[in-house]
Amino acid sequence: MTRNDIVEQVNSLLAEEFEVDATLFTPEANVRDTLSLDSLSLVDLVAIIQYTYKIKIPVTDLKTIQTFTNLYDYIETHLP
Amino acid sequence: MEKRVVITGMGIWSCLGKTLEEVRESLYTGKSGITFSQERKEAGFRSALCAHIERPDLKPLIPRNQRQFMPEEAQYAYMATRTALEHARLDQDYINQHEVGIIYGNDSAAEATMDALDKFREFRDTAACGSGAIFQSMNSTVTMNLACLFRLRGINLTASGACASGSHAIGLSYLLIRNGLQDCMICGGAQEANPYSVAAFDGIQSFSIREDEPTKASRPFDRNRDGLVPGGGAATIIIESYEHAIKRGAPILAEIVSWGFSGNGDHISTPNIAGPTRSLESCLKNGNITPQQIEYINAHATSTRIGDSREAQAIAQLFSDYKIPVTSTKSQTGHEMWMAGASELIYSMLMMKNNFIAGNINFEHPDEETACLNVIPETYETHFDMFLSNSFGFGGTNSTLIIKNIS
Repeated sequence: MTRNDIVEQVNSLLAEEFEVDATLFTPEANVRDTLSLDSLSLVDLVAIIQYTYKIKIPVTDLKTIQTFTNLYDYIETHLP
Repeated sequence: MEKRVVITGMGIWSCLGKTLEEVRESLYTGKSGITFSQERKEAGFRSALCAHIERPDLKPLIPRNQRQFMPEEAQYAYMATRTALEHARLDQDYINQHEVGIIYGNDSAAEATMDALDKFREFRDTAACGSGAIFQSMNSTVTMNLACLFRLRGINLTASGACASGSHAIGLSYLLIRNGLQDCMICGGAQEANPYSVAAFDGIQSFSIREDEPTKASRPFDRNRDGLVPGGGAATIIIESYEHAIKRGAPILAEIVSWGFSGNGDHISTPNIAGPTRSLESCLKNGNITPQQIEYINAHATSTRIGDSREAQAIAQLFSDYKIPVTSTKSQTGHEMWMAGASELIYSMLMMKNNFIAGNINFEHPDEETACLNVIPETYETHFDMFLSNSFGFGGTNSTLIIKNIS
């Protein structure tokens, strides 16, 4: 899976799940703010990455994911 | 001083319609909401019969971060409650300034629980359940969701009394208002209608297997009945003290004049005659009502052999000298279970307000034990001002309500 594939798929998944326009997903945009994630819906971000990519995101790692670029990087480096 | 309790609004989402007018028309014309489900057949159900209930699209109405807490039954309940509040002319501004409570009947959250635990077992990680799972999979999911969505600040409680849940919810709400503990209440019942919610029920062979004639399968009191048909949806009524309703200029539709209840203290699934009889007796006694004042009975009858015959015997014990019209609207809807006590009150209200009794469709011949009743097989036009509604459930829980018309 290429970096572009990941970006496109992640954007599509998140736009559908969180009902936010994918054009707002700029590389440096803050993921939590853009998706309006609160402490509960943040769990859904973890879950959707887990279903799709079989990647578990520990809480300690979650704190390092601030921007969409951080998220794409995390998935790319942890793909099984 | 005890207060009078009045009904000021109704809303329903059922196999007979999604508006009060659609449901009235379905009742009047004897429409059946029962279908054959190929999905259930292929899944391994003994009976693939069920009611067809449309799923509401809540996307334009509720933001995603609140919608994710709502399982199917809460979605139905939200739609029914929106309609009921509008019908009662109770808007959000009024609710924000006054204490409104909620008691709703619900007794399962099977699909949400199953979905969450399937994900947990697949991924061996609790986060895989998602953030909505805990709120969707609790029995109180309907009241917790509605109380937050409508910002209710009164009592917030779920009544779980099997197939009498909706009726008990209304009875408990009635008591709170009658005793001055609440002025205004949202109450009702909801029932999930997905296959998983009734798979185990199908497993105990309680459902009709008349699969070649779905619309004829639910036939309460008929001698050829062979089991119930599962249904679902939600029904909400708004009730308040008479003084409260007058003060805010609400439309007063009817009065709840009594609630009675009893327990069988007997078998978990097989009803007896004594328990339902005591529920009827206590309801009449609590409201100081004579059997002759009741003009129509909406029976619990689900189309099972023993249940219908035991209820018929119970009704006959108290109304034996008086051939009161009796029907079971489950002939059209199937068994709406946790919702039934509330939906059947609304069905009966629609009949009373529109001067007809909907026929007990598919009732062709009584058997020896149901012949004691005056079951009305076809819709007929008549005026009546007081009706009684029975609801009974597993474990021998019985609830009876009496409603009086207010013109």
